[in-house]
Order: sequence, then C-alpha cells, then structure tokens
Amino acid sequence: MSVWAVARRIAAKDLRIEARSRVLVNQVLPFSGVVMVLFAFALDKASSDIPRQVAPGLVWLATVFSLLVMIQRVFAVERDDGALDALRVAGVTPAGLFLGKTIGLAVQLLALDLVLVVLAVILFDTAVAGLAAAGLLAVTVVVAGTALAGVGTLYGGLAAGAKGRDTLLPLLMLPVVVPVLIGATRSTEAAFGTGGIGMTEGWAWVALVGAFAALAVGGGALAFGALLEE
Amino acid sequence: MGRAMPAPSTTRNVTGTRFTRGLGIATLASIGLLAVLGLVVTPADAVQRNGVRIMYVHVPSVWLAYLAFVVTGVASAAYLWPRTRSLTWDRIAGASAEIGVLYVAITLVTGSLWGRLSWGRYWVWDARLTTTALLFVTYLGYLAVRGLGGTHPQRARRSALVAMFAVVEIPLVHFSVQRWNTLHQEESIAKGEINGLMLFAIFWGVVAFTLLYVWLLLHRQRVMAMEDAVEDRGLDRALVERRAEALVGRT
Repeated sequence: MSVWAVARRIAAKDLRIEARSRVLVNQVLPFSGVVMVLFAFALDKASSDIPRQVAPGLVWLATVFSLLVMIQRVFAVERDDGALDALRVAGVTPAGLFLGKTIGLAVQLLALDLVLVVLAVILFDTAVAGLAAAGLLAVTVVVAGTALAGVGTLYGGLAAGAKGRDTLLPLLMLPVVVPVLIGATRSTEAAFGTGGIGMTEGWAWVALVGAFAALAVGGGALAFGALLEE
Repeated sequence: MGRAMPAPSTTRNVTGTRFTRGLGIATLASIGLLAVLGLVVTPADAVQRNGVRIMYVHVPSVWLAYLAFVVTGVASAAYLWPRTRSLTWDRIAGASAEIGVLYVAITLVTGSLWGRLSWGRYWVWDARLTTTALLFVTYLGYLAVRGLGGTHPQRARRSALVAMFAVVEIPLVHFSVQRWNTLHQEESIAKGEINGLMLFAIFWGVVAFTLLYVWLLLHRQRVMAMEDAVEDRGLDRALVERRAEALVGRT
C-alpha cells in the first residue's frame, strides 16, 4: 500500500473510533469550554475590555491545552491491546502511520477550534468582521490545526513508549508550539479586529504557521519510523 | 553496546587523566583571573556603573551555552549518521547539553539581575530573552528524554532525534518571537562601544568558561561511559546467572 493509502485508512480508523467513543465531544470539548470560562475568571472581569482583546490568544491557548489531552487519547488508542506493535508487525509504513494520525488529529482540532471560535464570540464579545476576515480565520484554523497535529503526533509518538510520558509530553511540546501559538493568535486578532493589526499582516503570520506546519509534517513523516523502532 | 571509552585507567575507576588535571588547574586559574579582572582591574561603566561587571559572566556564559548546544546538535547528527554511529557521540551530546543548560541558567540569572539594575526590571518580553528562556526549557526537555530509560541505543536515537528537532525549531521560535516583540538593545560588542579593558575581560571570560566547558565535558562524558558500562556489566552478569540456573535445573 502506498503511504497515502495507509494514511487515509489510519485517519479513517481514528475518526471512526472517535465517532463511536465520542471522547472529543463528551470530554475534550467540555474541557476546552471550561478553560475558556476559567480564563474569564483569571482576567478578573468578564465585563471589562481585557477578555475581548485577548480572546484570540485564549482560543489558541485552550486549543494547545486540549491538544495535550487529545494526543494522550490518540496514542492510548494505539497502546491498548498492543495495537501499535501489531501495526508495526503488519509492516505499516511509519510515514503513513504518522500522516494518518496527523490527519485524524487535525480534523478533530478543526472541530474543536470551530467551537472555540464560537465560544470566543459568545463569551468575549468578539466578532468576525466580514467575508475576508472569515476567510483568514478559516485558513488560520486549518493551517494551525495541521501544524499542531503534526507536532503533537511527533512528540506523542516519542512519549508513547516511555514511562512518565504523561508529564513529559507538555514539557517537550509546549516550547515547540510557540511559533504556532504566536502566529495563529496574531492572524486571529486580525480576523477579529482586536489586536490593531491588519489583514495583510495576518496573512503573513498564517504563512509563518504554514512553514512550520510543512516542517512539522515533513520532519515527522521522516523521523517517525526511527522514533517507533524500539 | 557500551563501547569502552579510551578509558583513563582500567584499574582505578577515575575520570581524570594528567591532561584533565592540568586543564582543571588552568580552568581554576583562569576563573580566578577573571574574578580579579572583572571585580578589580576593569573600571565601572559611565552609565551602568558597577552593574557592567555582570557582563563578564553573562556574555561568556551565553556564548558557551550556544556553543554547547551546537556541539549537542553536531554530536547528535554524528550519531544518526550511520557511518559515524557511536555511543560516544551520544554521550558527548548529552554531556554538552547538560553543561549548556547550566550555562543558560547562569545567563538567565545574571541577565535578570543586570536587567533589574539597568532597565529597572528583572524581565522584559524581548525576543532574545524569551528565546533564551525557551531554549532553556527545550533542553531541559531534551535531558528528560535522555532519562526515559531503555537500552543505550534506544536512548541515543531518541535523544538524537529530539536534538535535531530542537535545531530546526529554535530558529523558528526566535524568528516568531522577534516579530512578536523586540526591544533588546543592539549587541554592543560588534560596534566597538566598549573600552579595551572591558572587552578583554569579556574575552577572558570566554576563555575561562571554554576551559571549564571542556573540562566538565570530558569528565561528564567519561562518567556517562562508566554508568553505561556498569549497566551493561550488570545485565551481562544477570544473563550469566540465569543461564547457570537453567543449566542447574536441567541436570
């Protein structure tokens, strides 16, 4: 089977598991919603202007926190019953496995971010002004979701076989996602019109996140085999 | 596995050789001289006054931290490259990262003290500071990965890959943080704004810290080799014992 055929099947399998278990819907989405509400408490007054200004950053912070939970879930699925070993014994190409899990995770992140953006609009009184802004936001969500999914799958795979992985993953991953967090936040600010930066600059940030996504997905596909081969 | 180091001595389990002892003495002497240069000989700065003396530690430690991480990257690449694959490279990478983390810690502490004196604040959200802090956390993560366990080749491959990711990631982090916010004053050494004696003190700091780096690296890497050897020996002994038990059971 080609790498892409493997990737498609792995992604389909992960999404089917998600559709049946509803972990994203029943646990991760409520978790990210609670995080958004807690941000409002931490920022003192939900009625002041501060939450509105920082809402784009909150969306992406909540995404990153939820991502940590999701990665553990995505790899727990493979670890239980030795599924990962079975896949490797079956000769599934690591690159296909990586891409498949990345795609599955990216789709779930996309769903999560749509909810978080709506929550930001409702809770923090932000708005997406116009079609151009909506386009920018949509591209941001897709590109940043891909970047986060790539990094998450890579480090999730690294930590999957190790003891103490649950505590190690955030330490490894959070410093790495800084460019995504910054870039996605800036372009979301442009789309929300809260950060005082224009649409052009917003697109420049999306390009940076896109470069990051290409590196993370490409590098992950190359390195994943060596990480699992243990 | 556990390829033996050019062991300093097979009878005495020490990491020192005549060379490292000489190096250690030179390191101590040069650090002593740095203290004299930095605290006594050099004048106070017109603007920063005595605060400038922090620079004689701060600047060399950050340079050496970069050097240490470059060595970690190169040694990790050497391990991953099949022709040069050797656990010695892995141990050099690990030892260098440990020292690098130490130097970054010194950089962050001295830098924030200097910032308090010069800018009135311990921390500002400038690109270089923020990247340095992230560098610190990234290599703490790298060291945590080294501690995950498994066989030595497993540890070596896993940590070498993480080191490679760090090499790719850090320029991106720096670039994005730079676009995010910048107010650090320009590097002043390249512009020749510093008087000769001060420049010499910084230069001497680099010499002293480099000697310290090499000295620590040699010792640490040998200690790691010994640790690996002890683990291998324990494993070999356990294997021999189990085999003996099996033979006894059969007769």
